[in-house]
Amino acid sequence: MKLKALTAAAALLVAPGLALAGPDDDTLVINGETEMVTKTEAPAHMEETGISEIISGWHFRSDETQALEMDDFDNPGMVFVDIGMEQWETVEGSAEKSCASCHDAPEDSMTGVRAVYPKWNEEAEEVRTLAQQINACREDQMGAEPYGYTSGEMANMEALISLQSRGMPVDVAIDGPAQSTWEAGKELYYTRTGQLELSCANCHENNYGNMIRADHLSQGQINGFPVYRLKNAKLNTVHARFKGCVRDTRAETYSPGSPEFVALELYVASRGNGLSVEGPSVRN
Amino acid sequence: MRILTATCAAVLMTAVSAAADEVAPDDVTFGEYGAVETSLTGTEGDAENGAMVMKTKSMGNCISCHQVSALSDAPFHGEIGPMLDGAGDRWSEAELRGIVSNAKNTFPESMMPAYYKSSGFIRPGDGFTGKAGEEPLPPLLSAQQIEDVVAFLMTQKEE
Ligand code: HEC
Ligand code: HEC
Ligand code: HEC
Repeated sequence: MKLKALTAAAALLVAPGLALAGPDDDTLVINGETEMVTKTEAPAHMEETGISEIISGWHFRSDETQALEMDDFDNPGMVFVDIGMEQWETVEGSAEKSCASCHDAPEDSMTGVRAVYPKWNEEAEEVRTLAQQINACREDQMGAEPYGYTSGEMANMEALISLQSRGMPVDVAIDGPAQSTWEAGKELYYTRTGQLELSCANCHENNYGNMIRADHLSQGQINGFPVYRLKNAKLNTVHARFKGCVRDTRAETYSPGSPEFVALELYVASRGNGLSVEGPSVRN
Repeated sequence: MRILTATCAAVLMTAVSAAADEVAPDDVTFGEYGAVETSLTGTEGDAENGAMVMKTKSMGNCISCHQVSALSDAPFHGEIGPMLDGAGDRWSEAELRGIVSNAKNTFPESMMPAYYKSSGFIRPGDGFTGKAGEEPLPPLLSAQQIEDVVAFLMTQKEE
């Protein structure tokens, strides 16, 4: 923490012109009605990090990018919600069922689901991500092929399900049977990988608010996933983003859906406990 | 593809022939506070090339973390590390060689990557492919590039 304060002070001293440092103070209200919690007190487990306030990635983006998330007509991620709805109603697999056959309307059955994933599954005795749960239903309930873990179809379905929790606080459980997975994820978060020997914490804990080349570093929160990125003009899943960040340390990445990334997702999600579910959000 | 292979072979051969008088990454001797007294190549550094290495994303990419007024012709200087103006006043040549070769010997736990290190990584990758790489990896900068960067930093004096 001391180091961070020092670096920040140094940055201010040497660069009086760079007013960009730090998150901004704007407020995110979607469609003029849903007020989102984009900054809030850090959860208790983060005390040792020295971070007292958790902040959505939305605050680190330009005004133009931010505006795209404030109205569903402007949000390029929303068309994928519509496609996800078509998938929801499509009968597939040997059981000749659709998601709707068992879950009816997503507005009724899926409210609050995104907010608590990854979550311990009692029957399977494992922590499951939302993507894994969707695929478990496809394989076990429908007799259908699983979606590719980071595929467009998966992202569409996640967008549809996330939207049903819009504005609700992220609230993943980290104790009980999920605890060992959470600990494993935490370990990964602080592991310095690759030839550049960088951990998630180097960039997203010690340097959020600072520029790294042309990028304004955020806290690397996942409350906004799936994320529509202007850079690749599509919806991006959590594990695809993790993979990109690990690759950028010149490391051998973990695979999407691997036990490592599932654990990391639980840990990173828990660092956002209290922020509103934003998916599908918009970033650059 | 043929041409590419031929070029690669050529590059390899230069690297090998240069290696004769070069100190290999694993053989660099760091002092108690991280300084490296002897030149890695015995050939004087070229400050102008050092500036180019520092600006170029696929080489040193130093400006992604540092602001350097003398390199302001390149856009997007980051603010992770301190500004490097005056580095030649603050540090000796040996200290700068140590910092650029492996800053973690000077600043324990530093976020700054080690530019002249080829083994001892966790999940080393093959460049930015995301695939596994095999140690020893080629260091991020060659011995002569390190000397060039050090020569540039030595020109950064404010008095
Ligand atoms: C044959 C019935 C059936 C079909 C078809 C089905 N599911 Fe499920 N789904 C279930 C059952 C049963 C559960 C488990 C309930 C539990 O364990 O809480 C479940 C649970 C879920 C959950 C977790 C809910 C929670 O509260 O944790 C999600 C998300 C989900 N399904 C999504 C889907 C999607 C998306 C599809 C279509 C691709 C689908 N399901 C198809 C029966 C079905
Ligand atoms: C070298 C610095 C660096 C490292 C190391 C790094 N990231 Fe990132 N990450 C970035 C940059 C740059 C962005 C894009 C700007 C931003 O949101 O910070 C980003 C974005 C993200 C985002 C998207 C945030 C949003 O709001 O859409 C997530 C999530 C993320 N990173 C997670 C991670 C995780 C998990 C790790 C460790 C496995 C990691 N990052 C390691 C630089 C890094
Ligand atoms: C990922 C970010 C990063 C990159 C890339 C980076 N550095 Fe650094 N550098 C730092 C940090 C952080 C420090 C501060 C030392 C510490 O860790 O406490 C530092 C310190 C230094 C110092 C001593 C600072 C002073 O003037 O007192 C020099 C010199 C230096 N770096 C040169 C370089 C050069 C040359 C390159 C490129 C070959 C480079 N750095 C690349 C992060 C970086």
